[in-house]
Amino acid sequence: MSKLTFPRMGESWRTFKMLLEDLGNDVVVPPRPSKRTLDLGVRYSPEFACLPLKILMGTYLETVEMGADTIVTSGGVGPCRAGEYAMLHHKLLKDLGHDIKMIVFEPPRLQPLNFIKNVRALNKNRTSIRGIIAHIKRAWRKLQALDNAEKLSHIVRPREITRGTTSKMYRRVLGWIDQAYTTEQIIETETAALQALRGVPQDLDREVLKVGIVGEIYVLLEPASNLEIEETLGNLGVEVERSMFLTGWTRDNTWTETTEMMSVKEAAAPYLPELVGGHGRDSIGNTILCAKRGFDGMIQIAPFTCIPEIVARTILPRVSRDYNIPVLTFFLDEQTGKTGMSTRLEAFTDLMRRKKRLQRGQFTLTG
Amino acid sequence: MDLNKKLGIPSVLLYYIYFPFWLAFFNEIGVQVVTSSNTTKSIMDKGVREALADACVPIKLFFGHVMDLKNKCDCLFIPRVVCLNGKTIYCPKFLGLPDMIRHSLDGIPPIIDVRIDARQGRLSKIKAYLEIGSYFGAGRNIVLKAYCKAWIALRRYNRLLRKGLNPLDAMEIIKNPKNKKLILPAKSNLKFAVLGYPYAIYDSFISVNLLGKLKKMGVSVLTAENINPLTLAWQKNCGLPKRLFWTFSDAALKAAHYLFRQGRVDAVLHLTAFGCGPDSLLNKFIELEAKQHKEIPFMTLMIDEHTGEAGMATRLEAFVDMVKRRKEVVSTCRN
Repeated sequence: MSKLTFPRMGESWRTFKMLLEDLGNDVVVPPRPSKRTLDLGVRYSPEFACLPLKILMGTYLETVEMGADTIVTSGGVGPCRAGEYAMLHHKLLKDLGHDIKMIVFEPPRLQPLNFIKNVRALNKNRTSIRGIIAHIKRAWRKLQALDNAEKLSHIVRPREITRGTTSKMYRRVLGWIDQAYTTEQIIETETAALQALRGVPQDLDREVLKVGIVGEIYVLLEPASNLEIEETLGNLGVEVERSMFLTGWTRDNTWTETTEMMSVKEAAAPYLPELVGGHGRDSIGNTILCAKRGFDGMIQIAPFTCIPEIVARTILPRVSRDYNIPVLTFFLDEQTGKTGMSTRLEAFTDLMRRKKRLQRGQFTLTG
Repeated sequence: MDLNKKLGIPSVLLYYIYFPFWLAFFNEIGVQVVTSSNTTKSIMDKGVREALADACVPIKLFFGHVMDLKNKCDCLFIPRVVCLNGKTIYCPKFLGLPDMIRHSLDGIPPIIDVRIDARQGRLSKIKAYLEIGSYFGAGRNIVLKAYCKAWIALRRYNRLLRKGLNPLDAMEIIKNPKNKKLILPAKSNLKFAVLGYPYAIYDSFISVNLLGKLKKMGVSVLTAENINPLTLAWQKNCGLPKRLFWTFSDAALKAAHYLFRQGRVDAVLHLTAFGCGPDSLLNKFIELEAKQHKEIPFMTLMIDEHTGEAGMATRLEAFVDMVKRRKEVVSTCRN
């Protein structure tokens, strides 16, 4: 029987594993990207390819070692490079002598036949269409549960009394959600998980800064690729609101119930009316929305040479000036020194805190 | 906006492909066109200072040319070119070009940033040009006439390119038709294909005069623009499950596929810019293609904003010498 694997993006692998196993596949879970993953990826990928391509290349090579022979991944129609990843990965793996099968999901709206064909190929159990839909619904619910737990961890972490308790608890509740199988179980464990996270001892009077994170989806969702920026910020006493979650992604595109009654697209329109691929326009739109909601600052993270984010980054200084919100950008590459990023984050946090106190009129000389 | 205003067109990026079209169009509706001067060190420096450090050289150069133009014209023509052939689009940096310029440079004249997307219906291109015409108060009929004239100019230009001329020479011939000395490149013993984006290859400043150097060494050059588009289209997806979705990359990959298969060139050079997104994939695809055709040597040259000529010259000379030697050895072996 063929062994399946898929790209790893944060904790979402728990859902995809469940879904693929439900359909009767043998799944190889991609390991968390490590130094070795990156080394492998960098060795065999083009030099100026973006970080996600390199990490995925490394992950694929590792899963191939573990016995995987089929890769399920997504395609795309541009203009972002991610749409061509599958093609290049396939060629590179073949060049290295691995005979791998690729199942590439193109946008179903444009290529419905490709979607049906792929689902049929994955449906080893010959589940009925209704069964497949039920499986997908359940998987979706699990994804939501995982996202909700992560969102709450971002709120709790800056307020925790003993550093590290939230991360520890978060890791534990992930295990609970992972174990849940039926929809009822998923909802039950989600409630328990959220309660457990809220139960972490917190100092509610602490002055907490609120920062939005925007940028390219892969480096946003995979903590191993962004050097755990959210955890670092949480430890600095900063509440993080990430603009992108796998489940929120679809909702964001039709998001009109924000307090400003404005979608991300509309917000970005005066600055960047064109879809430049990836999430360039979302980065700008979300920065504006967050500024309107009174955030203290924004952080943009993107892989080095990411085209859409370079466009966004060129425009962001103007947005930052117009809306009076500080923006810090990180371009991530295969260099894994965490200290450089921590130092910059600390400085940024200090500046934001100073700005906030100045606005409130409580200015302290020592800062 | 009236007709007395001067329209500035930066001579970078799409300039090498569509300038004859734009020039004919604007001349016909009676708008005076000014272009930025050829790339110089100072233009490059201005661009590097203004543009984001992570952007690629051609984009930095574009910023430099806009800075050069901004005091010479009353409005800038930076169309948002999304798709022109109904199939492939342009790099995201092209799509966001007018916004990048508008929001990161100060004191620039108004920008005409009409969106041109051929995927939105058959008449979308004409509609875009009608919109451009309306900026200058040109009537419908005048615009349509200008559009037809522009097409004729572009066809003429493309025909000259197919003959093996480089874009700058071809534009010169179109400008002075009386001066009809069609100096076709001399046939030489060695023939190299130079692949890459027109705005990098033909800008002799950022390509560190690659074409000139090759010519000096007695190598004749073939580029993707010299190949008939039908021949390129015939390559289909080059054995890949889907095409590259950026126009220039698609053309370069198809040209590589065609040239390697046909085997009439002595070597293939790929000129790529530091930090170019599409090229990171394209270069690997061409490299994998080259691996299957060991009889044709292949080299990648990377350019960036630094202007040291020696490194490039040394590599080129070494490469040309090796190809020459190889050719001699192969021919003596055959005899």
